Amino acid sequence: MIEVRNLQKSFGGSKVLDGVSFRIENGESVAIIGRSGGGKSVLLKHLVGLLQPDSGEVLIDGENIGPMNERQLLRVRRKFGMVFQGAALFDSMTVAENVAFAFRNHENLTAGEVARRVAAALEMVDLPGTENRKPAELSGGMRKRVGLARAIIYEPQIVLYDEPTTGLDPIVSDSIDKLMIRVRDHLKVTSIVVTHDMRSARRVGNRVLMLHEKKLYANATPEEFFASADPVVRQFVDGVADAKECLI
Amino acid sequence: MFASLGALMNVFVNKRVNYVLSELGQIAFLARDIILSLLTFKVTWRDLVYQIYSIGVKSQSVVVITGAFTGMVLGAQTYFQFHKVKMDTATLAVVSVSLCDELGPVLTALMVAGRVGASIAAEIGTMRVTEQIDALRTLATHPVDYLVVPRIVAAHIALPLLAMEAIVVGIGGSYLVCVFVLGIEPVYLWQNMLKYTEVVDLIIGLVKAFIFGGIIALIGCYKGLTCGLGAEGVGHATTEAVVYSSITILVTNFFLTLVMGKIVGLL
Repeated sequence: MIEVRNLQKSFGGSKVLDGVSFRIENGESVAIIGRSGGGKSVLLKHLVGLLQPDSGEVLIDGENIGPMNERQLLRVRRKFGMVFQGAALFDSMTVAENVAFAFRNHENLTAGEVARRVAAALEMVDLPGTENRKPAELSGGMRKRVGLARAIIYEPQIVLYDEPTTGLDPIVSDSIDKLMIRVRDHLKVTSIVVTHDMRSARRVGNRVLMLHEKKLYANATPEEFFASADPVVRQFVDGVADAKECLI
Repeated sequence: MFASLGALMNVFVNKRVNYVLSELGQIAFLARDIILSLLTFKVTWRDLVYQIYSIGVKSQSVVVITGAFTGMVLGAQTYFQFHKVKMDTATLAVVSVSLCDELGPVLTALMVAGRVGASIAAEIGTMRVTEQIDALRTLATHPVDYLVVPRIVAAHIALPLLAMEAIVVGIGGSYLVCVFVLGIEPVYLWQNMLKYTEVVDLIIGLVKAFIFGGIIALIGCYKGLTCGLGAEGVGHATTEAVVYSSITILVTNFFLTLVMGKIVGLL
């Protein structure tokens, strides 16, 4: 269970998050949406302890991770897998080495067992047989899939996706959406997806959180959210610069 | 006007002092993390060997060329001065002591700072701006354990070996210049070198190189881990890594010379 209480964060005097609070139960799938630069990725990084809040609390299974140092956070981070916007693959390593990275210091796993798990993870993201390729040889969509395989291979409880479909064409975006749904359903993980893609938010999320003006503006089911007549929500859902042009 | 100029100077000096103190504080925290990591985390042999290869083996050509030409020019210049007082055969002894105590470790460290310090800062800095370090952290891996410690340990091992190589090649180059170009009697030249060069001179050089290795890797890693965003950030980090390492090596060398001279004198 993830709980955020009154989270505040500023960078160089500019406030990005101002009193954000919400709770995500185990097994939920939540889409976090909002305008570019609205603090979605910053919020996501707070959940895994990559950023420390200025004030407020982030609780993972009831444990406040704010006061933890980097070494204490390593234990909490074993519960998480994260897919980065740019995939963040280690470019000096092959696909197999990237995916198996979490097993580097697991002395109880044999090389054969690691190879078997890598193959299974790559199979799950529809990239079988790519073990020996380097990240530079992969397309944007393939890199995101390898990033997902790396994030799920050790079967974390929570998977975080930072704009997983940004920069991809609609067909590849659709396949990534299906992959996120497959991972959610097969591994029974809690999924948190930061996205601009309304179709993705509607399909992947059981709940939609919207950040607006540094605060949590909406917290609703996809049905309620996408049917909302609220002008701020409508403007974002319809993707129009001028609120008067909204469809509803 | 002078009052406002004074106030401006005061603000500038305060900002600069704060910046330097903050950098030193952060380097101290990184050093603490490294020591903690060395005490608790097991460095894998594969990472360590790769870093020794990257820092040590790949730096050999630049170190050999530096050592050889420094030895040769020092031999020639010393001969030009000593020849006036008919002390030609003491040339190699001066070269040998200079290379062992000072020039071998310092020039090796400066060359390695240029090659390896920049490379470490650029590699880790690029990992930072492409979120690879954040990815490491989400994979429950401490960046100090995985990125910093193997480089620090490898630099501590590689620098003394490289310095030794530079010293040997430098003495060899100087010997060749003295004997075949300047026509100095080889037996006296060699015997005088052995007579005046002591084991302690070599130990001083190796201890200095060991310390300089740590300085290069520590500053390179620190600059990479704290580099600004984008290509400009990586560029700044790389430049600062080389400049700060080089200055720190030169300043540290002075104090090491005084301290070790005192210790050797007491012994």
